[in-house]
Amino acid sequence: MEAGRIEVRQMANSRIEPKPGHFGRQLKSSVMAVLCASLTMLVLGLLLLVLGYILWRGLPGLSLDFFTKPPAPVGMRGGGLAHAIAGSFILMGLACLLGIPWGVGIGIFLAEYARKGFFGEAVRFLVDVLSGVPSITIGIFVYTVIVVRMKNFSALAGGVALGIIMVPLVARNTEGILRLVPQGLREAGLSLGLPFWKVTLFLVLPSAARGIVIGITLAGAGVAGEAAPLFFTSLNNNFWSVNLLEPVSSLPMEIFRYATAPFAAWHELAWTGALVLIGIVILVMLLARLFLPGFEIRR
Amino acid sequence: MDPCACCLRAFIFGGVFGGILITTNRATYPGDTFFRRLTILFALALFLLVLVMAFQLYREAQPSLQRFGWPFVWGREWDPVHEKFGALPYIYGTLVSTLLALALAGPISLGAAVYLAEFAPRRLKATLAFLVDLLAGIPGIVYGLWGSFVLAPFLRNCLEPWLGKYLGFLPLFQGPPFGIGLLAAGIILAIMCIPVMTAVTREVLEVVPAGQREALLAFGATPWEVVRLAVLPYAREGIIGAFFLGLGKALGETLAVTMVIGNRPEISLSLFSPAHSMTSVIVNEFAQAVKAIHLAALIHIGLLLFGITLLVNIIARLLIYRLGRKVSRWKQVE
Amino acid sequence: MTGKIVVDELFAWYDDREVLKGISLEIKANRVTAIIGPSGCGKSTFIRCLNRMHEIVPGAGTAGKVYLDGRDVYALNPIEVRRRVGMIFQTPNVFPAMSIFQNVAVGLALNGWRRRQELHSTVEKTLSQVGLLEEVAGRLDQPATGLSSGQLQRLCIARTLAVEPEVLLMDEPCSALDPIASFRIEELIRELKQKYTIVIVTHNMQQAARISDYTAFLAQGELIEYGSTPAVFINPKDRRTESYITGRSA
Repeated sequence: MEAGRIEVRQMANSRIEPKPGHFGRQLKSSVMAVLCASLTMLVLGLLLLVLGYILWRGLPGLSLDFFTKPPAPVGMRGGGLAHAIAGSFILMGLACLLGIPWGVGIGIFLAEYARKGFFGEAVRFLVDVLSGVPSITIGIFVYTVIVVRMKNFSALAGGVALGIIMVPLVARNTEGILRLVPQGLREAGLSLGLPFWKVTLFLVLPSAARGIVIGITLAGAGVAGEAAPLFFTSLNNNFWSVNLLEPVSSLPMEIFRYATAPFAAWHELAWTGALVLIGIVILVMLLARLFLPGFEIRR
Repeated sequence: MDPCACCLRAFIFGGVFGGILITTNRATYPGDTFFRRLTILFALALFLLVLVMAFQLYREAQPSLQRFGWPFVWGREWDPVHEKFGALPYIYGTLVSTLLALALAGPISLGAAVYLAEFAPRRLKATLAFLVDLLAGIPGIVYGLWGSFVLAPFLRNCLEPWLGKYLGFLPLFQGPPFGIGLLAAGIILAIMCIPVMTAVTREVLEVVPAGQREALLAFGATPWEVVRLAVLPYAREGIIGAFFLGLGKALGETLAVTMVIGNRPEISLSLFSPAHSMTSVIVNEFAQAVKAIHLAALIHIGLLLFGITLLVNIIARLLIYRLGRKVSRWKQVE
Repeated sequence: MTGKIVVDELFAWYDDREVLKGISLEIKANRVTAIIGPSGCGKSTFIRCLNRMHEIVPGAGTAGKVYLDGRDVYALNPIEVRRRVGMIFQTPNVFPAMSIFQNVAVGLALNGWRRRQELHSTVEKTLSQVGLLEEVAGRLDQPATGLSSGQLQRLCIARTLAVEPEVLLMDEPCSALDPIASFRIEELIRELKQKYTIVIVTHNMQQAARISDYTAFLAQGELIEYGSTPAVFINPKDRRTESYITGRSA
């Protein structure tokens, strides 16, 4: 049995080894492998094309002014998107405030209390389904619940919408990581006479912190680029605003506004805005992976 | 609403929930009971959220639902001034651009996923997977920007004239090349779906038990034959599920589509012509919707979209779960 | 004298599989009691029932009584039971994200100890108790994962001792260790029995004979024989015990 497996492994490793009469089949296999590889290259080429073009168009506009100054009036050069960058961070902060506790809470429920059983499966299913609900419908929902009630578009509403979008992403990732934490760690904590909630919050969660935080940053980066729900919630604001009950500007909304406007100078701002937005997203993704301290749980 | 009543309601709710959380039986530690119920509450709140979401959309769409009913779905007229609303052009645009996207993205992401799961050298795998994730991390708005300034001119000047010249006998490729239109929307959506579909398909392929591959390899099958005969059939449900996930994402994508589809409510067979989509009409007209019936009609479209994507996602998840059960059965046998 | 722990007609099961079929025995205070028996006989389940660790597995359940100093542990709060009855596991499961110091201090810190001075002195005391203080001197704040597996297991013992239990349950503490490290643990067990009541599950018959005062032989969920270690090893009453300890059958 064992010997047979080793043999199979060796066969799997020797990719192209012509056997008598098998040449045509081997050729076909290689052709398909090359085809699949080239499709992968096509996907990566697309990535390069999009990123490269944005870099090319966005880089010239990048300056300190962009991060520190409000936009210039139409027809004047210069100006930046400071208000939109700040707005985006405000929205992200609000979204995290809602999405992280809720998502992590559900993740804990699924991993610690409901690995089996009907209710757990139902929640898992719901989380998965919710992660596929379009952001625009979540935006409309928050509009009907918050904006209509408060009679005002507000940063708060935008944060709530983005937070709801984050919940399923954070929940599923948290569950997956917590499931990888060895059972022995929980038992060790319990055998010290610690209550389960302390074991979960102070022993299990920190051991899985790296994976959970990476998941949170990915979810955060994902919603940072969401613009659709903001049309119905935080709308836009031409001016610097940190009032949570007022409309607030955000990078995606500003990019949309500048891109669809008929002024070339505004288009430049849109490209630079897109570059900054992608930069923030990629930077967060990379930083989380590279510099998060702590112990990595391997699959 | 009256703030006093609001406070009272919050107080009562808080009391009830707090009571549920704190009451405990003596056999377990009180803190544990509290914590457990707290997490259950988080989970229940999610159920509540989805229910309230469906209910709210339904309620806000009421005026339109009552006035137009189901004919809303196949009505072709959209006239806010005369208060006549029919969503067919938008549904048509969404469906055609989405199907086009799937037709383009499907084979590409399947091939890429097969490469990542089966053929790629081990050292490259992690990097390639990260790059695909990166592609997924680029916001829709950025794709929209790129699509309207790079892709659309390219289509107008190069691809569409070429297609018209050689495939012009098909009604799909007739008419003047606009650049922005169904084709552009389909391509942009395809680019946006590819990372999701690739990542999920790859995960699905990787759970196929080694025994399935080894059995065929032992017969002297080539790597491709293993993929075709063992891996793909085994993972069929999961692959279809991944495609449905891509479909769900494409259906709900808003800004990228809005920026390249042309925003003209026409139903035309030609892929070159501008069209409109369910998401983009909501975004475009939401701010101008001063009449209650107009707003209700837009939310009506949102409700339809919610229903369709819910359905698509439920199908996708059920398919993927079925594969998961198959795998766990196989593992028990092993 | 009655035992520190008295087990009365203890049944235990996972879902519909019965693992323990009515076990009754008395565990004497300040003695080492070894639980031996073939794989799958329910040794680990048995000691996991003593501090209510068995019930944390979904589908697991128990019936019968376990008395700790005359009080039924299944009527007590499980947290309190586990604080008084500590447990050492087969694999040294230190907390990987924590330093050596934190690993020992965690049980105290999470039970509300706040004063650094007290924490420090307790950690040093328990580390020296397991003979680890000199070995890790100067790197208390480094990750615990850098230690050898024998040191890790002693760190786990120190961690358990820090919360001052009365009983130590050890679930094959040496099976993942090399002979020299095992020997260190055995020595430690001999020292610890001055202060603690120890129950140890082991596969290793020589080890049981070396360190234990009493031995219980379990087979297929039933207690076959229980008595003082010399009696069980030299003069077993039951044929199954005899064939197991002489290695004739499992």
